[in-house]
Amino acid sequence: MPGKKYVEDRQLVTPGDLLAEGEYKIGNPAAVYRKGNKYYAAVIGLAQVSEDTVNVIPLEGFYYPNPGDVVVGVIVNVGITNWEVDIRAPFTAVLYAADALGRPVNPAKEDLTHYLDVGDIIVAKIEAFDRTRNPVLTIRGKGLGKVNEGAIVEISPVKVPRVIGKKASMLQTLQKETGCDITVGKNGRIIIKCRNPDMQEILVLAIRKIERESHIPGLTDRIKEFILKEKVRRGLISG
Amino acid sequence: MGKAGEKPVLIREDGRRHDGRLPNELRPIRMEVGVLNNANGSALVEFGKTRVIAAVYGPREPQPKWIAMPYRAVLRVRYHMAPFSTSTRKSPAPSRREIELSKVIREALEPVVMTEMFPRTSIDVFVEVLNAHGGTRTTSLTAAALALADAGIPMRDLVAGVAVGKVDGVLVLDIDEVEDMYGEADMPVAAAPSLGQITLLQLNGVLTKEEFEEGLKMALDGIRKIYEMQKRVLREKYMKIKPEV
Repeated sequence: MPGKKYVEDRQLVTPGDLLAEGEYKIGNPAAVYRKGNKYYAAVIGLAQVSEDTVNVIPLEGFYYPNPGDVVVGVIVNVGITNWEVDIRAPFTAVLYAADALGRPVNPAKEDLTHYLDVGDIIVAKIEAFDRTRNPVLTIRGKGLGKVNEGAIVEISPVKVPRVIGKKASMLQTLQKETGCDITVGKNGRIIIKCRNPDMQEILVLAIRKIERESHIPGLTDRIKEFILKEKVRRGLISG
Repeated sequence: MGKAGEKPVLIREDGRRHDGRLPNELRPIRMEVGVLNNANGSALVEFGKTRVIAAVYGPREPQPKWIAMPYRAVLRVRYHMAPFSTSTRKSPAPSRREIELSKVIREALEPVVMTEMFPRTSIDVFVEVLNAHGGTRTTSLTAAALALADAGIPMRDLVAGVAVGKVDGVLVLDIDEVEDMYGEADMPVAAAPSLGQITLLQLNGVLTKEEFEEGLKMALDGIRKIYEMQKRVLREKYMKIKPEV
């Protein structure tokens, strides 16, 4: 046993709450901090203290970019050889035309608005980001690129892991129950493509419910029940 | 409140204060978080008749860009008194006092906010005094700390503040406007109790060494109580959703 715990699992903690004492690993460095051999919560969230790790699952927060994250962005500006993209982070991201088109671009000959214009939605991956420069995006890869259809749901970025669930269990449930195609961006933007408008409504309500109730156990079962109820209520299936 | 120059009875014969409080008693305190939809975090705090609202935005791209720092986030605080917050209209332009209090509040928050995690960004705190009745800087600080926590910005601890004063030779906790006006000393204190750090300590007036030590102890006891209240309010925001399930 590495040390002493002061909180129970899934206990609601606020900044400054003592979590544990001794030698532990820190789960999320933005949610737990160490002073001497004591570990304190830095955000409001649910405590997680296991054998060797202390962590806090935040309940409030914002999106901070990380290389490798898949995000949903909105083009906000078109430059000579690049696009500026809003990814709901403290920085605007940049997408280079050479990357997007896969070939060198001659600004004298072609106009970038022809490919992506202000207001267009893209699914992109963060290729590079460090403390010195703004995030660089790439749209080369499976499932990345311009989004031509569907709807966007915006949720708090800290609730994204809840929408995906353990081993994507929640996401699979949502897709199976509603038959919609769902792309979850790490920045809290979710693209949903549904054939049935009723299903789209149910899915949006379900996502909102996940966002609201993510800190209460038994979420997947409640969501399954909720979707079923809504389907019956709308006459999509017989009760 | 009596006419200017006419001093009211501050300490009554039964040892209670002009508003009936005991010397070490806080005013009734009310706190609420998440009161503004457009802010990332917000809080409303009332200490008696003093009422303050705080809003936090960020971390976001700093405007203007040149204020960005390469190694940490810029914390900006604006303390402002609404024109209707005082008995005679206050000009909405930032006064010398407001600029100074903005700085004092910022410096009291900087030790707890983990700014080093978000270089090249800014975290903006706006504090608006809706009703001023003494102790606005400590109330503002308490509200700002709550709003920062509500925004999910990593903090080492919450900060709570309260003022200790000396009126008619008696040390009193959480002085209001009347006691401040006619008292002999006013000492606002703010601290991060879990860290055991004092982040704000000012003194206006004269206290002896013994009085100072006694007053500081009173303030820290008061801060403990306010701190527990802050934590309770932050938790309650999530407890409330439960019955809806």
